[in-house]
Amino acid sequence: MAADDRIMFWGEDILDPYGGAFKVSRGLSKRFGERVLTTPISEAAIVGIAAGRAMRGLPTVVEIMFGDFVTLCADQIVNHATKLPWVYNNQVQVPLVIRTPMGGYRGYGATHSQSLEKMFCGVPGLTVLAVNSYTDPGALLREAFALETPVLFVEQKILYARFVDALPVAPEKPDVALVCYGTMVEFSVQAAHRLSQEEEVYCKVVPVQQIWPLDEMSLVRELQSAERVLVIEEGTNGYGFGGECARLLARLGKPMGFVAANPHPIPNSRVYEDRALPSVDRIVEKAIQLFEQT
Amino acid sequence: MTSGDRFNADHLGLSLTQAERLYFQMRLIREFETTLLDLFSQNAVFGTTHTCLGQEANAVAIMEALDRNIDTVWSNHRCHGHFLAYCGKVAELFAEIMGRELGVCAGRGGSQHICWHRFHSNGVQGGIVPLALGTAMAGKAEGAVTVVFLGDGTLGQGVVYECLNLAALWQLPVLFVLEDNGVAQTTPSELVFSGNAQARAEAFGLESAYSDTSEVMALHATASDLISRIRNGGSPCFWHIRSVRLGPHSKGDDTRSPEQMAALQQRDPVRLNERLVDTPLRLEQRCKTIIREALAQAEASPVNDGSLTA
Ligand SMILES: Cc1ncc(C[n+]2csc(CCOP(=O)(O)OP(=O)(O)O)c2C)c(N)n1
Repeated sequence: MAADDRIMFWGEDILDPYGGAFKVSRGLSKRFGERVLTTPISEAAIVGIAAGRAMRGLPTVVEIMFGDFVTLCADQIVNHATKLPWVYNNQVQVPLVIRTPMGGYRGYGATHSQSLEKMFCGVPGLTVLAVNSYTDPGALLREAFALETPVLFVEQKILYARFVDALPVAPEKPDVALVCYGTMVEFSVQAAHRLSQEEEVYCKVVPVQQIWPLDEMSLVRELQSAERVLVIEEGTNGYGFGGECARLLARLGKPMGFVAANPHPIPNSRVYEDRALPSVDRIVEKAIQLFEQT
Repeated sequence: MTSGDRFNADHLGLSLTQAERLYFQMRLIREFETTLLDLFSQNAVFGTTHTCLGQEANAVAIMEALDRNIDTVWSNHRCHGHFLAYCGKVAELFAEIMGRELGVCAGRGGSQHICWHRFHSNGVQGGIVPLALGTAMAGKAEGAVTVVFLGDGTLGQGVVYECLNLAALWQLPVLFVLEDNGVAQTTPSELVFSGNAQARAEAFGLESAYSDTSEVMALHATASDLISRIRNGGSPCFWHIRSVRLGPHSKGDDTRSPEQMAALQQRDPVRLNERLVDTPLRLEQRCKTIIREALAQAEASPVNDGSLTA
């Protein structure tokens, strides 16, 4: 916002001193004044207004307080912001970024913990980016603006408490590549560590930031040297990141495995939530099972 | 907009007197829509369409009151009249509906997804309203106004009310035009609508206006007044126009009775406003020629089969 004074940012409860439900925007309203607006609880309207403003060349960021509520903006994203540039034969561009916290492990229950990004992966004209704790989220946000397309910018909420870390060096000939995004990157790093210590299985963690569209070439390049592939996502099983990776990687003929959440709503009880969602244990277990396949 | 791609001054009748121009534009829209329905009935055109027969006066009155260079229009599925009164691009609209490369969107959009300069339409009821608020916000500093069209059936969409609230709250220069033809597809509004549309808008703090006429000069006077108020004051307005749909919802899908249709004919804006001009027949002939030539031009353009663009 400092670099480009056309940028505006709005969302629910984002003004100081509160600074947003997850404090991501703390300090922004103080610093940028009228360029930061608090909005009514009208997710469809605030995304659509941002898209309309963006269509006039003015980059706009909207925060959706919980990712679970992106369903309320689905029509604006699917039938308007992403569709109009194409059907209008590229007479308009929509530099719109929709930032939203997804994900569980916080005990928030079934409607405040989901990873719903897969509902939007596959939508033509949309880019879906996901932050992880091994890359600078600010740099990723800058990339989002450079795209000049609508972007769904996913921030898994437990990552808000993390500092950016360096990804451990990968082995040259990994036994297993762990393909993952968001929170699952740090889970995979922990699983890789345990697998090397306890099982002498050496893994390469492959974090993906642009989960839609997936860059097939770079994914294939990253996985070339690996014997096996395990795809890990926090959302529920089926029609998701795992399926998309399988579609792009099938031709490599490598044994593949998948880790995802159980296909039911996220339970309230902490123990039950942990069991429903992917865990380091489950990644370790599935990685070992890959050896039984071959 | 490139210099070679301008508003069609000739088809907008810019050299005519205002009364002649408004009549001429209505007549041109009427010829366009009836020709289009003929083409569909001959299976010469593929797909779907929604004509604005009976509502032409609203379109031309409003476009006449706009500054076409800076103001924005958001239209819905019933957008041909709005579009033609905005820019006069007859051949490009025919070509768009026919999926030809000459189309305003190179045939990608079709009847209800069109865009040129600051005119946009989309076919999802109510979905364009937030976009209209966004362009209104973007244009406020340059004194630009955005107009967004709604049908009475679209008052069933929740996002419309989110937007009435935000337009008033953020003081956005937007004119909501409710073209109330009393029917949505086949459903009469009394089966789906409770209360009063103007009162709904006023409850959110918008100024409102009401017209129950097909008289184009009266509609134009109201449009000018509302648009200049919005431009000068920067705040939104809601205009409820009682109008008539004289044609089918789409093609051959009218369920209304012949008696009902005969009564609605009394409100036909093209017939009603004929007395505004001395030579309606000459203007009608002129329109027929434009339509014939434009159609030939559209038909000569290659079909967009996707081989040119990604
Ligand atoms: C969200 C949505 N639901 C349903 C439709 C299908 N549809 C197209 S036009 C129409 C009727 C719209 O009625 P109204 O708003 O009164 O406008 P009119 O057709 O009378 O101009 C319907 C139901 C649609 N386009 N969008």
